[in-house]
Amino acid sequence: MSDQEKKKPNRRDFIVTATTAAGAVGVGAVVWPLVDQMNPDASVKALASTEVDISAVEPGQSITVLWRGKPVFIKRRTQDEIDSARAVDLSELKHPEKDEDRAKNPEWLVMLGVCTHLGCVPLTDKGDYGAWFCPCHGSHYDTSGRIRKGPAPTNMEVPKYEFVNSNTIKIG
Amino acid sequence: MRNSLKLTFFFILVSSLFFSKAQAAGEQHDLLEVDWSFKSFFGKFDRASLQRGYQVYTEVCASCHSLKHLSYRNLVEKGGPEFTELEAKAIASNFEVTDGPNSDGEMFERPAKLSDKFVMPYANVQEAIAANGGAYPPDMSVLVKARKGGANYIYSVLMGYEEPPAGLELDDGVYYNKYMYGNKIKMSSPLDEDIVEYSDGTKATVDQMAKDVTTFLQWTAEPHLETRHKLGFRVIIYLSVLTILVYFSMKKIWSRIETKV
Amino acid sequence: MSDHEYTPKSRVGKWFNDRLPLLTLANHLTDYPTPKNLNYWWTFGGILTFCLITQIITGIVLGMHYVAHADLAFQSVEHIMRDVNYGWLIRYVHANGASMFFLAVYIHIFRSLYYGSYKSPREVIWIIGMLIYFLMMATAFMGYVLPWGQMSFWGATVITNLFSAIPLVGESITNWLWGGYSVDNPTLTRFFSLHYLFPFLILGLVVLHIWALHVPGNNNPIGIDIKKPSKDTVPFHPYIVIKDAFALLIFLLIFAFFVFFSPNILGHADNYIEANPLVTPAHIVPEWYLLPFYAILRSVPDKLLGVIAMFAAIFVLVILPWLDTSKVRSTVFRPIYKQFYWFLVADVLILGYVGAMPAEGIYLLIARVATAYYFAHFLLILPFLGFKEKTTPLPLSITEPILGGSPDMAMARDNSNYKEKL
Repeated sequence: MSDQEKKKPNRRDFIVTATTAAGAVGVGAVVWPLVDQMNPDASVKALASTEVDISAVEPGQSITVLWRGKPVFIKRRTQDEIDSARAVDLSELKHPEKDEDRAKNPEWLVMLGVCTHLGCVPLTDKGDYGAWFCPCHGSHYDTSGRIRKGPAPTNMEVPKYEFVNSNTIKIG
Repeated sequence: MRNSLKLTFFFILVSSLFFSKAQAAGEQHDLLEVDWSFKSFFGKFDRASLQRGYQVYTEVCASCHSLKHLSYRNLVEKGGPEFTELEAKAIASNFEVTDGPNSDGEMFERPAKLSDKFVMPYANVQEAIAANGGAYPPDMSVLVKARKGGANYIYSVLMGYEEPPAGLELDDGVYYNKYMYGNKIKMSSPLDEDIVEYSDGTKATVDQMAKDVTTFLQWTAEPHLETRHKLGFRVIIYLSVLTILVYFSMKKIWSRIETKV
Repeated sequence: MSDHEYTPKSRVGKWFNDRLPLLTLANHLTDYPTPKNLNYWWTFGGILTFCLITQIITGIVLGMHYVAHADLAFQSVEHIMRDVNYGWLIRYVHANGASMFFLAVYIHIFRSLYYGSYKSPREVIWIIGMLIYFLMMATAFMGYVLPWGQMSFWGATVITNLFSAIPLVGESITNWLWGGYSVDNPTLTRFFSLHYLFPFLILGLVVLHIWALHVPGNNNPIGIDIKKPSKDTVPFHPYIVIKDAFALLIFLLIFAFFVFFSPNILGHADNYIEANPLVTPAHIVPEWYLLPFYAILRSVPDKLLGVIAMFAAIFVLVILPWLDTSKVRSTVFRPIYKQFYWFLVADVLILGYVGAMPAEGIYLLIARVATAYYFAHFLLILPFLGFKEKTTPLPLSITEPILGGSPDMAMARDNSNYKEKL
């Protein structure tokens, strides 16, 4: 059978090929809703921002709040901590970022409390730099939340946030 | 050919079964029929009517009926009343929700945000029943789907308040409604001419308000109706084209053995 | 399975196939000799496989968002309908898919009844099929409970109460089923668990169903035994595959119409009211596909006997291969049985109709007559008819009636040509 058919690629083959192609497109279109349903849904997306009252936080203290299911560290830094963060030479850093860019208001450092290595929550006031230390695989962060030692590739992420007034931060 | 005839016959039998079932349940007055804009294959909501309907709901229905499955953000979403985000935020901020606990362990009140669910008029079902003379004002989120006749039924009930027929004694707080199941309803006629003042200048007749609020409730029950119609149309087109292609492929393939399919 | 000699062409293929003969299986499935005169009623096997896979996939997806808890189930379904990306589509496909599944299975069963596909040597296929059907009903019933609407709750109450008809242990059994003294949260969670499990049991039985089918091969509209492979057969691929695909697409068009334009017409409005253990809806009606059995249940005035009659209505189908004493398979050659066949179809439709009506007055009378006829058909008419009926002569092969002057002369003339092309 095959010899005869190979010789004449005619309309029969065309229509079957067209049908197969059209069918494949349809299967592809069906897959998308089944994949997309696992993406964040409308109610999850709507919870994008949260407001935090910071009036009770003393200098040197830090609080942890939940935003999008993840911890956010809000640290009120002492002048010493600010100075040590700003004194670092950028060339020493694995992921060079200025402290001025990370903390708009130098007194307040707001960042996702998630180690950029594999997602554990670092411990506060621990490690070689007296700031954050991730117990999972030994990543050390400085007083600006920048990675200084250990396996984590980047600094802890600073989310979008703004000061609604002097006592309230809106994250997201 | 004879097979397809039989097939058609079968479908007619099966479908007649459904329809006879649907009909036999209501030995009541035929519902009023409205030519809703959302009814047909390409049906869409009348945006202005949805917005007016929301106004009727808030000013008339919301004091007793909840919409607990809706969130204020839904008012902005495509395919709905499509208020602007600012308008919806302003609407939401009129309501107080309980949040917390705060760091002192206490619950507190704050204005509602877009992500909040619609605030309910009563704290729980028991309170709702107690406040309404023993009748529970049903949640309206899916009310249109929860009543046989759907939108036409809701509209008919709103329009169906009449003097009870002679000889029918009604208890206090019970009203006669031509289209309500059993004809007795514990809700007094909710709509009166000009009970709301439409901001778009539409005359607020009872009929107009009934249509608007029914349209709004159809949307709350089926917020994705427009997407569904649009996607459905594309799916039907695609399937039809593919069916034709497969048909000719089948003819081609079976022509190799020259047996009819 | 006649094609044991298959050897893959590539060396890797051969290596693998010697260790796990998947390629032999694939080759068997593509080459599987199928009678070439199968009509469109035979395409429902493929359609049913599609339905099962669709239900499993959409069901798994819904299970990712659904919450099996009496306080949260209804709300989580609304969450799926409103917030989950394409959640409304997936749920409507799943809900209407159940109805489409039953529509297809009823056509499949009645095709088998018409062409005698349950008869020797295919009894085991039939019995496995009946097991599948029974599991389908159980699965559909439990699935209908999950949204926790009024019909969910009261349907569950009524159906589980059937078991209270059992003497002595009835109450213990219902309490065991419920995990309490009424349908409540424990009932819902176990129904969810079993609703998730059963489709995979069905899938396993479907594999056995097809395996058992491939031993004797397909029956066909003429119902005679044919040689396989022969000029009476075609390889499954591409001939049957493309034909099944065509039928499936027609089926999908109807399916899509329900999903996109009438998604709630097959359900009950009451199920959009949250379950309330204090108020029973005015009419409790099961889903349409269970109505005939519901009618049989209600037509018997005694509680226990009604339940027995309902289960007997299914069991009588299981032993059907031994109730039908006729040696001739296809109804085409059984002029008298043909009449009774259509009477049975009408009878089942009538039972379905009265099942949806209130059980009183004329409806109850009709239900009783129809129930009596249903059992009479299987227990009296079929055994008797097999001995008495004079059947018309059977052709010797599928091609023979064609040689005898059927419109399809061309094929008969070109037998040689056909062999060559194959």
